[in-house]
Amino acid sequence: MERNLMKGNEALAEAAIRAGCKCFFGYPITPQTELSAYMAKRMAKAGGVFLQAESEVAAINMVLGAASAGVRAMTSSSSPGISLKSEGISYIAASDLPCVIINVQRGGPGLGGIQPSQADYLQATKGLGHGDFQVLVYAPSSVQEMINLLTKAFDMADEFRMPAMILADGLLGQMMEPVEFPEAKTHQIPKPWATNGTGMKRKHNIINSLYLTPEELEKTVLDRYKRYEVLENEHTEAETYLTEDAEILVAAYGATARVAKSAVIKAREAGVKAGLIRPITLWPFPKKEIVKASENAKHILVTEMNMGQMVDDVKLAVECRVPVSFFGRTGGMVPKPSEILDKILELGGAE
Amino acid sequence: MKKFTVITGHYGAGKSNISANLAVKLADAGKKAAVIDMDIVNPYFRTADLSELFESRDITLAAPEYANSNLDIPVLNFDLEQLAAENEYVIADVGGDDAGAVALGKYSRTLESFGDKLDMLYVINRYRYLTGTPEDAIAVMREIENVARIRHTGIINNSNLGFETTNKDIENSINFAEKISEKSGLPLIFNAYMRGLDPEVSPKTEVEVYVRPIWEIY
Repeated sequence: MERNLMKGNEALAEAAIRAGCKCFFGYPITPQTELSAYMAKRMAKAGGVFLQAESEVAAINMVLGAASAGVRAMTSSSSPGISLKSEGISYIAASDLPCVIINVQRGGPGLGGIQPSQADYLQATKGLGHGDFQVLVYAPSSVQEMINLLTKAFDMADEFRMPAMILADGLLGQMMEPVEFPEAKTHQIPKPWATNGTGMKRKHNIINSLYLTPEELEKTVLDRYKRYEVLENEHTEAETYLTEDAEILVAAYGATARVAKSAVIKAREAGVKAGLIRPITLWPFPKKEIVKASENAKHILVTEMNMGQMVDDVKLAVECRVPVSFFGRTGGMVPKPSEILDKILELGGAE
Repeated sequence: MKKFTVITGHYGAGKSNISANLAVKLADAGKKAAVIDMDIVNPYFRTADLSELFESRDITLAAPEYANSNLDIPVLNFDLEQLAAENEYVIADVGGDDAGAVALGKYSRTLESFGDKLDMLYVINRYRYLTGTPEDAIAVMREIENVARIRHTGIINNSNLGFETTNKDIENSINFAEKISEKSGLPLIFNAYMRGLDPEVSPKTEVEVYVRPIWEIY
Protein backbone atom coordinates (compact mmCIF):
# COMPACT_ATOMS: atom_id res chain seq x y z
CA MET A 1 0.00 0.00 0.00
CA GLU A 2 1.31 3.42 -0.94
CA ARG A 3 2.49 5.53 1.96
CA ASN A 4 2.15 9.29 1.94
CA LEU A 5 3.46 12.13 4.03
CA MET A 6 0.60 13.95 5.70
CA LYS A 7 0.18 16.70 8.22
CA GLY A 8 -1.94 15.69 11.23
CA ASN A 9 -4.68 18.19 10.45
CA GLU A 10 -4.93 17.04 6.82
CA ALA A 11 -4.97 13.39 7.88
CA LEU A 12 -7.92 13.99 10.22
CA ALA A 13 -9.84 15.68 7.43
CA GLU A 14 -9.10 12.98 4.83
CA ALA A 15 -9.90 10.22 7.32
CA ALA A 16 -13.25 11.85 8.08
CA ILE A 17 -14.16 12.01 4.39
CA ARG A 18 -13.18 8.35 4.00
CA ALA A 19 -15.24 7.45 7.07
CA GLY A 20 -18.31 8.81 5.31
CA CYS A 21 -18.50 12.19 7.00
CA LYS A 22 -21.02 14.12 4.89
CA CYS A 23 -21.16 17.43 6.73
CA PHE A 24 -18.32 19.52 8.13
CA PHE A 25 -19.06 22.78 9.88
CA GLY A 26 -16.12 24.81 11.09
CA TYR A 27 -14.65 28.11 11.96
CA PRO A 28 -10.94 28.86 11.51
CA ILE A 29 -8.54 28.86 14.44
CA THR A 30 -4.81 28.14 14.71
CA PRO A 31 -3.37 25.48 15.05
CA GLN A 32 -6.34 23.61 13.53
CA THR A 33 -6.89 25.65 10.37
CA GLU A 34 -5.40 23.23 7.81
CA LEU A 35 -8.19 20.81 8.72
CA SER A 36 -10.93 23.29 7.73
CA ALA A 37 -8.91 24.38 4.69
CA TYR A 38 -8.59 20.75 3.54
CA MET A 39 -12.31 20.21 4.01
CA ALA A 40 -13.05 23.38 2.03
CA LYS A 41 -11.02 22.01 -0.88
CA ARG A 42 -12.08 18.37 -0.80
CA MET A 43 -15.51 17.97 0.79
CA ALA A 44 -17.60 19.14 -2.16
CA LYS A 45 -15.65 16.85 -4.52
CA ALA A 46 -16.36 13.98 -2.14
CA GLY A 47 -20.08 14.67 -2.31
CA GLY A 48 -20.42 16.28 1.09
CA VAL A 49 -21.00 19.70 2.55
CA PHE A 50 -18.32 22.07 3.84
CA LEU A 51 -19.64 25.15 5.52
CA GLN A 52 -17.69 27.84 7.29
CA ALA A 53 -20.14 28.95 9.94
CA GLU A 54 -20.41 32.48 11.28
CA SER A 55 -19.14 31.30 14.67
CA GLU A 56 -18.20 28.22 16.67
CA VAL A 57 -21.63 28.29 18.32
CA ALA A 58 -23.33 28.19 14.94
CA ALA A 59 -21.04 25.40 13.71
CA ILE A 60 -21.80 23.03 16.59
CA ASN A 61 -25.55 23.61 16.24
CA MET A 62 -25.27 22.83 12.54
CA VAL A 63 -23.65 19.55 13.59
CA LEU A 64 -26.65 18.91 15.83
CA GLY A 65 -28.97 19.46 12.88
CA ALA A 66 -27.04 17.27 10.46
CA ALA A 67 -26.59 14.49 13.03
CA SER A 68 -30.37 14.57 13.67
CA ALA A 69 -30.90 13.74 10.02
CA GLY A 70 -28.72 10.67 10.48
CA VAL A 71 -25.63 11.72 8.51
CA ARG A 72 -22.11 11.64 9.82
CA ALA A 73 -21.20 15.17 10.88
CA MET A 74 -18.08 16.74 12.30
CA THR A 75 -16.68 20.01 13.56
CA SER A 76 -13.17 20.98 14.56
CA SER A 77 -11.59 23.77 16.52
CA SER A 78 -8.90 24.58 19.01
CA SER A 79 -9.22 25.23 22.74
CA PRO A 80 -11.04 28.61 22.97
CA GLY A 81 -13.34 27.53 20.14
CA ILE A 82 -14.22 24.31 21.94
CA SER A 83 -15.28 26.31 25.00
CA LEU A 84 -17.69 28.20 22.76
CA LYS A 85 -19.09 24.93 21.44
CA SER A 86 -19.73 23.47 24.87
CA GLU A 87 -23.41 24.40 25.07
CA GLY A 88 -24.08 22.72 21.74
CA ILE A 89 -22.11 19.63 22.74
CA SER A 90 -24.30 19.25 25.83
CA TYR A 91 -27.41 19.53 23.62
CA ILE A 92 -26.03 16.90 21.22
CA ALA A 93 -25.23 14.52 24.10
CA ALA A 94 -28.68 15.11 25.59
CA SER A 95 -30.26 14.40 22.22
CA ASP A 96 -28.38 11.07 21.98
CA LEU A 97 -26.82 12.12 18.70
CA PRO A 98 -23.53 10.82 17.28
CA CYS A 99 -20.95 13.26 15.95
CA VAL A 100 -17.20 13.83 16.00
CA ILE A 101 -15.57 16.91 17.50
CA ILE A 102 -11.88 17.62 17.04
CA ASN A 103 -9.86 19.72 19.46
CA VAL A 104 -6.34 20.56 18.29
CA GLN A 105 -5.36 22.04 21.64
CA ARG A 106 -3.38 25.23 22.07
CA GLY A 107 -2.07 27.10 25.08
CA GLY A 108 -4.58 28.53 27.55
CA PRO A 109 -6.41 29.72 29.56
CA GLY A 110 -8.17 32.57 27.81
CA LEU A 111 -7.17 33.45 24.29
CA GLY A 112 -3.86 31.92 25.35
CA GLY A 113 -1.55 31.28 22.45
CA ILE A 114 -1.10 29.21 19.32
CA GLN A 115 1.59 26.82 20.58
CA PRO A 116 0.70 23.20 21.54
CA SER A 117 -0.96 22.24 24.82
CA GLN A 118 -2.97 19.52 26.58
CA ALA A 119 -4.67 21.79 29.07
CA ASP A 120 -8.19 20.82 27.96
CA TYR A 121 -7.95 17.31 29.48
CA LEU A 122 -10.31 18.05 32.34
CA GLN A 123 -12.72 19.90 30.08
CA ALA A 124 -12.85 16.99 27.62
CA THR A 125 -13.10 14.17 30.15
CA LYS A 126 -15.08 15.78 32.96
CA GLY A 127 -16.98 18.83 31.82
CA LEU A 128 -17.47 19.44 28.14
CA GLY A 129 -20.74 21.24 28.89
CA HIS A 130 -23.45 21.47 31.52
CA GLY A 131 -25.35 18.50 32.87
CA ASP A 132 -24.70 14.80 33.49
CA PHE A 133 -23.05 13.48 30.37
CA GLN A 134 -19.82 12.15 28.89
CA VAL A 135 -18.24 12.20 25.48
CA LEU A 136 -15.86 9.57 24.15
CA VAL A 137 -12.36 11.05 24.20
CA TYR A 138 -9.58 9.61 22.03
CA ALA A 139 -5.98 10.81 22.32
CA PRO A 140 -3.87 9.92 19.27
CA SER A 141 -0.10 10.25 19.44
CA SER A 142 0.87 9.94 15.78
CA VAL A 143 -0.55 11.04 12.47
CA GLN A 144 -1.38 7.42 11.57
CA GLU A 145 -3.22 7.00 14.86
CA MET A 146 -5.19 10.18 14.14
CA ILE A 147 -6.55 8.43 11.04
CA ASN A 148 -7.29 5.17 12.84
CA LEU A 149 -8.95 6.79 15.86
CA LEU A 150 -11.00 9.20 13.80
CA THR A 151 -12.53 6.28 11.92
CA LYS A 152 -13.18 4.50 15.20
CA ALA A 153 -14.66 7.66 16.75
CA PHE A 154 -17.35 7.80 14.04
CA ASP A 155 -18.17 4.11 14.48
CA MET A 156 -18.33 4.26 18.27
CA ALA A 157 -20.32 7.51 18.25
CA ASP A 158 -22.93 5.83 16.02
CA GLU A 159 -23.02 2.65 18.09
CA PHE A 160 -23.40 4.44 21.42
CA ARG A 161 -25.33 7.43 20.07
CA MET A 162 -23.07 10.01 21.67
CA PRO A 163 -20.48 12.62 20.67
CA ALA A 164 -16.87 11.49 20.32
CA MET A 165 -13.89 13.79 20.56
CA ILE A 166 -10.41 13.52 19.11
CA LEU A 167 -8.28 15.34 21.68
CA ALA A 168 -5.17 16.24 19.71
CA ASP A 169 -2.70 19.05 20.23
CA GLY A 170 -0.95 21.58 18.04
CA LEU A 171 2.15 19.42 17.70
CA LEU A 172 0.16 16.51 16.26
CA GLY A 173 -1.94 18.79 14.09
CA GLN A 174 1.07 20.47 12.55
CA MET A 175 3.54 17.61 12.26
CA MET A 176 4.07 15.56 9.16
CA GLU A 177 4.49 11.76 9.16
CA PRO A 178 4.17 8.90 6.69
CA VAL A 179 0.69 7.36 6.77
CA GLU A 180 -1.52 4.98 4.91
CA PHE A 181 -5.27 4.65 4.82
CA PRO A 182 -6.19 1.16 5.97
CA GLU A 183 -8.46 -0.89 3.80
CA ALA A 184 -10.52 -1.81 6.85
CA LYS A 185 -13.65 0.15 6.27
CA THR A 186 -15.83 2.00 8.67
CA HIS A 187 -19.11 0.42 9.80
CA GLN A 188 -22.18 2.50 9.16
CA ILE A 189 -25.22 1.19 11.03
CA PRO A 190 -28.90 1.93 10.41
CA LYS A 191 -30.26 4.94 12.30
CA PRO A 192 -33.98 4.30 12.73
CA TRP A 193 -34.20 7.28 15.09
CA ALA A 194 -33.11 9.83 12.45
CA THR A 195 -35.44 12.65 11.39
CA ASN A 196 -34.97 11.99 7.70
CA GLY A 197 -38.53 11.64 6.52
CA THR A 198 -41.21 9.15 7.53
CA GLY A 199 -42.07 8.18 3.96
CA MET A 200 -45.62 8.03 5.42
CA LYS A 201 -44.61 4.63 6.79
CA ARG A 202 -43.76 5.33 10.41
CA LYS A 203 -44.45 7.76 13.23
CA HIS A 204 -42.46 10.98 13.42
CA ASN A 205 -39.10 10.74 15.11
CA ILE A 206 -38.36 13.48 17.60
CA ILE A 207 -34.87 14.76 18.45
CA ASN A 208 -35.04 16.75 21.64
CA SER A 209 -33.20 17.63 24.84
CA LEU A 210 -36.08 19.25 26.72
CA TYR A 211 -38.23 17.16 29.09
CA LEU A 212 -41.31 18.49 30.79
CA THR A 213 -41.12 16.26 33.87
CA PRO A 214 -38.07 15.57 36.04
CA GLU A 215 -39.02 11.84 36.14
CA GLU A 216 -38.76 11.63 32.38
CA LEU A 217 -35.47 13.58 32.29
CA GLU A 218 -33.95 11.44 35.05
CA LYS A 219 -34.81 8.32 33.06
CA THR A 220 -33.02 9.58 29.94
CA VAL A 221 -29.91 10.33 32.02
CA LEU A 222 -29.99 6.91 33.73
CA ASP A 223 -30.37 5.15 30.38
CA ARG A 224 -27.38 7.08 29.07
CA TYR A 225 -25.28 6.14 32.11
CA LYS A 226 -26.00 2.45 31.47
CA ARG A 227 -24.33 2.89 28.09
CA TYR A 228 -21.44 4.74 29.74
CA GLU A 229 -20.99 1.75 32.06
CA VAL A 230 -20.61 -0.57 29.07
CA LEU A 231 -17.99 1.76 27.64
CA GLU A 232 -16.08 1.93 30.93
CA ASN A 233 -16.09 -1.87 31.25
CA GLU A 234 -15.42 -2.89 27.68
CA HIS A 235 -13.98 -0.09 25.59
CA THR A 236 -10.93 1.33 27.35
CA GLU A 237 -7.65 1.40 25.43
CA ALA A 238 -4.03 2.00 26.32
CA GLU A 239 -0.65 1.16 24.85
CA THR A 240 2.15 -0.13 27.06
CA TYR A 241 5.89 -0.05 26.45
CA LEU A 242 8.37 -1.98 28.63
CA THR A 243 5.91 -2.05 31.54
CA GLU A 244 6.33 -5.74 32.60
CA ASP A 245 9.25 -5.04 34.92
CA ALA A 246 8.91 -1.26 35.11
CA GLU A 247 9.75 0.28 38.48
CA ILE A 248 9.22 3.81 37.23
CA LEU A 249 6.02 3.92 35.21
CA VAL A 250 5.55 7.01 33.08
CA ALA A 251 1.96 7.86 32.14
CA ALA A 252 1.52 10.16 29.17
CA TYR A 253 -0.84 10.59 26.19
CA GLY A 254 -0.80 12.39 22.86
CA ALA A 255 2.36 14.10 21.63
CA THR A 256 3.80 14.11 25.16
CA ALA A 257 3.83 10.30 25.05
CA ARG A 258 6.27 10.49 22.13
CA VAL A 259 8.62 12.62 24.21
CA ALA A 260 8.09 10.35 27.24
CA LYS A 261 8.85 7.20 25.22
CA SER A 262 12.11 8.70 24.05
CA ALA A 263 12.99 9.48 27.70
CA VAL A 264 12.04 5.93 28.80
CA ILE A 265 14.43 4.45 26.23
CA LYS A 266 17.27 6.67 27.51
CA ALA A 267 16.41 5.82 31.12
CA ARG A 268 16.67 2.08 30.32
CA GLU A 269 20.10 2.76 28.79
CA ALA A 270 21.03 4.47 32.08
CA GLY A 271 19.97 1.37 34.02
CA VAL A 272 16.61 2.56 35.36
CA LYS A 273 13.71 0.15 34.79
CA ALA A 274 11.34 2.62 33.23
CA GLY A 275 8.18 1.91 31.27
CA LEU A 276 5.41 3.84 29.59
CA ILE A 277 1.64 3.57 29.72
CA ARG A 278 -0.15 5.66 27.13
CA PRO A 279 -3.90 6.07 27.60
CA ILE A 280 -5.58 6.09 24.17
CA THR A 281 -9.10 6.52 25.52
CA LEU A 282 -9.06 9.38 28.03
CA TRP A 283 -12.76 8.77 28.65
CA PRO A 284 -13.48 5.99 29.41
CA PHE A 285 -10.23 6.08 31.37
CA PRO A 286 -8.08 2.89 31.11
CA LYS A 287 -8.05 2.11 34.85
CA LYS A 288 -7.46 -1.63 34.65
CA GLU A 289 -4.69 -1.13 32.10
CA ILE A 290 -2.92 1.26 34.48
CA VAL A 291 -3.34 -1.12 37.42
CA LYS A 292 -1.78 -3.91 35.38
CA ALA A 293 1.07 -1.77 34.05
CA SER A 294 1.90 -0.59 37.58
CA GLU A 295 2.17 -4.06 39.15
CA ASN A 296 5.92 -3.67 39.72
CA ALA A 297 6.00 0.11 39.85
CA LYS A 298 7.56 1.88 42.81
CA HIS A 299 6.58 5.23 41.42
CA ILE A 300 4.34 6.62 38.68
CA LEU A 301 5.33 9.78 36.82
CA VAL A 302 2.51 11.55 35.02
CA THR A 303 3.72 13.92 32.36
CA GLU A 304 1.54 16.28 30.33
CA MET A 305 1.50 19.67 28.62
CA ASN A 306 -0.59 21.15 31.45
CA MET A 307 -0.45 21.51 35.22
CA GLY A 308 -1.24 17.86 36.02
CA GLN A 309 -4.82 17.37 34.91
CA MET A 310 -4.55 13.56 34.54
CA VAL A 311 -2.85 13.02 37.93
CA ASP A 312 -6.05 12.42 39.91
CA ASP A 313 -7.36 9.90 37.38
CA VAL A 314 -4.13 7.92 37.70
CA LYS A 315 -4.20 8.11 41.52
CA LEU A 316 -7.79 6.86 41.56
CA ALA A 317 -6.97 4.07 39.11
CA VAL A 318 -4.23 2.69 41.38
CA GLU A 319 -6.18 3.66 44.51
CA CYS A 320 -3.09 5.53 45.70
CA ARG A 321 -1.18 2.27 46.27
CA VAL A 322 1.70 3.68 44.25
CA PRO A 323 3.01 7.23 44.80
CA VAL A 324 2.27 9.51 41.83
CA SER A 325 4.47 12.45 40.81
CA PHE A 326 3.99 14.96 38.05
CA PHE A 327 6.15 16.78 35.55
CA GLY A 328 4.72 19.08 32.92
CA ARG A 329 5.10 22.23 30.93
CA THR A 330 2.22 24.52 30.10
CA GLY A 331 1.19 27.66 28.25
CA GLY A 332 2.35 26.29 24.89
CA MET A 333 5.69 24.91 26.07
CA VAL A 334 6.57 21.32 25.08
CA PRO A 335 8.53 19.20 27.58
CA LYS A 336 12.00 18.28 26.38
CA PRO A 337 12.94 14.58 26.48
CA SER A 338 15.89 15.50 28.71
CA GLU A 339 13.57 17.11 31.26
CA ILE A 340 11.42 13.97 31.54
CA LEU A 341 14.56 11.80 31.58
CA ASP A 342 15.98 13.78 34.51
CA LYS A 343 12.77 13.29 36.44
CA ILE A 344 12.74 9.50 35.73
CA LEU A 345 16.39 9.19 36.80
CA GLU A 346 15.68 11.17 39.97
CA LEU A 347 12.72 8.92 40.87
CA GLY A 348 14.71 5.82 39.91
CA GLY A 349 17.47 6.75 42.34
CA ALA A 350 20.10 7.03 39.63
CA GLU A 351 23.13 9.18 40.22
CA MET B 1 25.00 39.67 -4.61
CA LYS B 2 25.58 36.69 -6.86
CA LYS B 3 22.31 34.80 -6.52
CA PHE B 4 18.90 35.28 -4.99
CA THR B 5 17.12 31.92 -4.70
CA VAL B 6 13.43 31.66 -3.91
CA ILE B 7 12.30 28.23 -2.67
CA THR B 8 8.62 27.34 -3.14
CA GLY B 9 6.54 24.19 -3.03
CA HIS B 10 3.56 22.33 -1.66
CA TYR B 11 3.13 22.23 2.12
CA GLY B 12 5.53 19.68 3.49
CA ALA B 13 7.55 19.23 0.32
CA GLY B 14 10.60 19.98 2.47
CA LYS B 15 11.27 23.62 1.55
CA SER B 16 12.73 24.64 4.91
CA ASN B 17 15.14 21.73 5.04
CA ILE B 18 16.28 22.33 1.45
CA SER B 19 16.74 26.06 2.18
CA ALA B 20 18.81 25.28 5.27
CA ASN B 21 20.98 22.81 3.35
CA LEU B 22 21.63 25.25 0.51
CA ALA B 23 22.64 27.94 3.01
CA VAL B 24 24.90 25.66 5.06
CA LYS B 25 26.64 24.37 1.92
CA LEU B 26 27.32 27.93 0.78
CA ALA B 27 28.54 28.98 4.21
CA ASP B 28 30.81 25.93 4.45
CA ALA B 29 32.29 26.93 1.08
CA GLY B 30 33.16 30.29 2.63
CA LYS B 31 30.32 32.27 1.05
CA LYS B 32 28.33 34.95 2.80
CA ALA B 33 24.76 33.64 2.88
CA ALA B 34 21.41 34.75 4.25
CA VAL B 35 18.13 32.89 4.72
CA ILE B 36 14.76 34.64 4.78
CA ASP B 37 11.94 32.82 6.60
CA MET B 38 9.07 34.10 4.46
CA ASP B 39 6.51 31.58 5.70
CA ILE B 40 3.24 33.30 6.52
CA VAL B 41 1.26 30.07 6.79
CA ASN B 42 2.89 27.69 9.27
CA PRO B 43 2.51 28.54 12.94
CA TYR B 44 5.40 26.26 13.85
CA PHE B 45 8.12 23.91 12.47
CA ARG B 46 9.76 26.63 10.41
CA THR B 47 13.14 27.93 9.30
CA ALA B 48 13.34 30.29 12.27
CA ASP B 49 13.60 27.15 14.47
CA LEU B 50 17.06 26.61 13.02
CA SER B 51 18.49 29.90 14.32
CA GLU B 52 21.22 28.11 16.31
CA LEU B 53 22.39 26.22 13.21
CA PHE B 54 22.54 29.44 11.22
CA GLU B 55 24.32 31.29 14.00
CA SER B 56 26.99 28.58 14.18
CA ARG B 57 27.72 29.02 10.45
CA ASP B 58 27.47 32.80 10.46
CA ILE B 59 24.43 32.68 8.20
CA THR B 60 22.15 35.69 8.46
CA LEU B 61 18.57 34.72 9.37
CA ALA B 62 15.81 37.17 8.55
CA ALA B 63 12.56 36.04 10.19
CA PRO B 64 9.16 37.67 10.68
CA GLU B 65 9.02 39.57 13.95
CA TYR B 66 6.38 37.27 15.44
CA ALA B 67 7.68 33.90 14.18
CA ASN B 68 7.25 31.20 16.85
CA SER B 69 5.57 33.57 19.26
CA ASN B 70 2.02 33.25 20.46
CA LEU B 71 0.89 35.85 17.97
CA ASP B 72 -0.55 34.63 14.70
CA ILE B 73 0.44 37.82 12.88
CA PRO B 74 2.17 37.26 9.53
CA VAL B 75 3.93 40.63 9.31
CA LEU B 76 6.68 40.77 6.69
CA ASN B 77 8.93 43.79 6.47
CA PHE B 78 12.12 42.48 4.90
CA ASP B 79 14.50 44.79 3.10
CA LEU B 80 15.45 42.54 0.19
CA GLU B 81 17.76 45.14 -1.37
CA GLN B 82 19.72 45.46 1.84
CA LEU B 83 19.95 41.68 2.28
CA ALA B 84 21.10 41.42 -1.34
CA ALA B 85 23.69 44.15 -0.84
CA GLU B 86 25.13 42.57 2.29
CA ASN B 87 25.28 38.93 1.13
CA GLU B 88 26.63 36.96 -1.80
CA TYR B 89 23.74 34.50 -1.67
CA VAL B 90 20.22 35.01 -0.38
CA ILE B 91 17.72 32.16 0.00
CA ALA B 92 14.04 32.93 0.58
CA ASP B 93 12.05 30.06 2.14
CA VAL B 94 8.44 30.67 1.17
CA GLY B 95 5.29 29.19 2.79
CA GLY B 96 3.43 26.30 1.19
CA ASP B 97 1.18 26.46 -1.88
CA ASP B 98 -0.26 29.65 -3.32
CA ALA B 99 -1.41 30.63 0.17
CA GLY B 100 2.21 30.93 1.23
CA ALA B 101 3.49 32.33 -2.07
CA VAL B 102 1.17 35.34 -1.71
CA ALA B 103 4.01 36.79 0.38
CA LEU B 104 6.16 36.96 -2.77
CA GLY B 105 3.68 39.18 -4.58
CA LYS B 106 4.60 42.07 -2.31
CA TYR B 107 8.24 41.74 -3.37
CA SER B 108 7.75 40.85 -7.04
CA ARG B 109 9.14 44.18 -8.38
CA THR B 110 12.29 43.97 -6.30
CA LEU B 111 12.73 40.32 -7.23
CA GLU B 112 12.29 41.11 -10.94
CA SER B 113 14.95 43.79 -10.66
CA PHE B 114 17.47 41.05 -9.77
CA GLY B 115 17.17 39.79 -13.37
CA ASP B 116 19.37 36.78 -14.14
CA LYS B 117 20.52 36.63 -10.56
CA LEU B 118 17.05 35.47 -9.49
CA ASP B 119 16.20 31.78 -9.30
CA MET B 120 12.86 30.42 -8.22
CA LEU B 121 13.04 26.70 -7.49
CA TYR B 122 10.01 24.50 -7.00
CA VAL B 123 10.47 21.69 -4.46
CA ILE B 124 8.51 18.51 -5.18
CA ASN B 125 7.77 15.44 -3.07
CA ARG B 126 6.00 12.58 -4.76
CA TYR B 127 4.98 11.16 -1.40
CA ARG B 128 3.04 14.20 -0.27
CA TYR B 129 -0.67 13.57 -0.35
CA LEU B 130 -2.51 15.35 -3.20
CA THR B 131 0.62 16.25 -5.18
CA GLY B 132 1.59 12.69 -6.06
CA THR B 133 0.98 13.01 -9.81
CA PRO B 134 2.95 15.29 -12.16
CA GLU B 135 -0.31 17.00 -13.17
CA ASP B 136 -1.20 17.83 -9.56
CA ALA B 137 2.31 19.06 -8.81
CA ILE B 138 2.34 21.28 -11.90
CA ALA B 139 -1.09 22.67 -11.01
CA VAL B 140 0.23 23.77 -7.59
CA MET B 141 3.33 25.20 -9.29
CA ARG B 142 1.20 27.36 -11.59
CA GLU B 143 -0.99 28.52 -8.70
CA ILE B 144 2.17 29.64 -6.90
CA GLU B 145 3.42 31.53 -9.99
CA ASN B 146 0.09 33.29 -10.39
CA VAL B 147 0.16 34.83 -6.93
CA ALA B 148 3.95 35.30 -6.83
CA ARG B 149 3.91 37.00 -10.24
CA ILE B 150 7.24 35.28 -10.99
CA ARG B 151 8.02 32.17 -13.04
CA HIS B 152 9.96 29.22 -11.70
CA THR B 153 13.41 28.52 -13.14
CA GLY B 154 14.03 25.00 -11.88
CA ILE B 155 12.86 21.96 -9.93
CA ILE B 156 14.30 20.20 -6.90
CA ASN B 157 13.12 16.65 -6.35
CA ASN B 158 12.93 16.16 -2.58
CA SER B 159 10.67 13.09 -2.65
CA ASN B 160 10.81 11.51 0.80
CA LEU B 161 8.82 9.74 3.50
CA GLY B 162 10.65 11.33 6.39
CA PHE B 163 12.95 8.97 8.25
CA GLU B 164 11.30 5.97 6.58
CA THR B 165 12.72 6.99 3.19
CA THR B 166 14.63 4.28 1.32
CA ASN B 167 16.82 4.43 -1.78
CA LYS B 168 14.00 2.73 -3.64
CA ASP B 169 11.53 5.46 -2.65
CA ILE B 170 13.79 8.06 -4.21
CA GLU B 171 14.52 5.93 -7.28
CA ASN B 172 10.76 5.43 -7.71
CA SER B 173 10.26 9.20 -7.76
CA ILE B 174 12.49 9.84 -10.76
CA ASN B 175 9.79 9.32 -13.39
CA PHE B 176 7.60 11.73 -11.47
CA ALA B 177 10.35 14.38 -11.30
CA GLU B 178 11.41 13.98 -14.92
CA LYS B 179 7.84 14.20 -16.14
CA ILE B 180 7.34 17.47 -14.26
CA SER B 181 10.59 18.78 -15.73
CA GLU B 182 9.58 17.74 -19.24
CA LYS B 183 6.03 19.11 -19.05
CA SER B 184 7.07 22.41 -17.50
CA GLY B 185 10.23 22.80 -19.56
CA LEU B 186 12.19 23.50 -16.36
CA PRO B 187 15.50 21.84 -15.54
CA LEU B 188 15.67 19.26 -12.74
CA ILE B 189 18.40 20.88 -10.64
CA PHE B 190 18.98 17.90 -8.36
CA ASN B 191 17.42 14.93 -6.58
CA ALA B 192 17.88 15.24 -2.82
CA TYR B 193 18.64 12.26 -0.59
CA MET B 194 19.25 12.23 3.11
CA ARG B 195 22.59 11.30 4.55
CA GLY B 196 22.95 7.53 4.93
CA LEU B 197 21.17 6.80 1.66
CA ASP B 198 22.72 6.51 -1.79
CA PRO B 199 20.03 6.17 -4.46
CA GLU B 200 20.87 5.47 -8.07
CA VAL B 201 19.63 8.74 -9.49
CA SER B 202 21.21 11.66 -11.24
CA PRO B 203 21.95 14.45 -10.59
CA LYS B 204 21.88 13.91 -6.84
CA THR B 205 22.72 15.94 -3.77
CA GLU B 206 23.07 14.71 -0.19
CA VAL B 207 21.09 16.65 2.37
CA GLU B 208 21.25 16.74 6.14
CA VAL B 209 17.90 16.50 7.93
CA TYR B 210 17.84 19.57 10.15
CA VAL B 211 14.11 19.64 10.84
CA ARG B 212 13.77 16.92 13.50
CA PRO B 213 10.94 15.87 15.79
CA ILE B 214 11.19 17.34 19.26
CA TRP B 215 11.47 13.93 20.95
CA GLU B 216 14.71 13.22 19.13
CA ILE B 217 16.44 16.36 20.32
CA TYR B 218 18.50 15.88 23.47
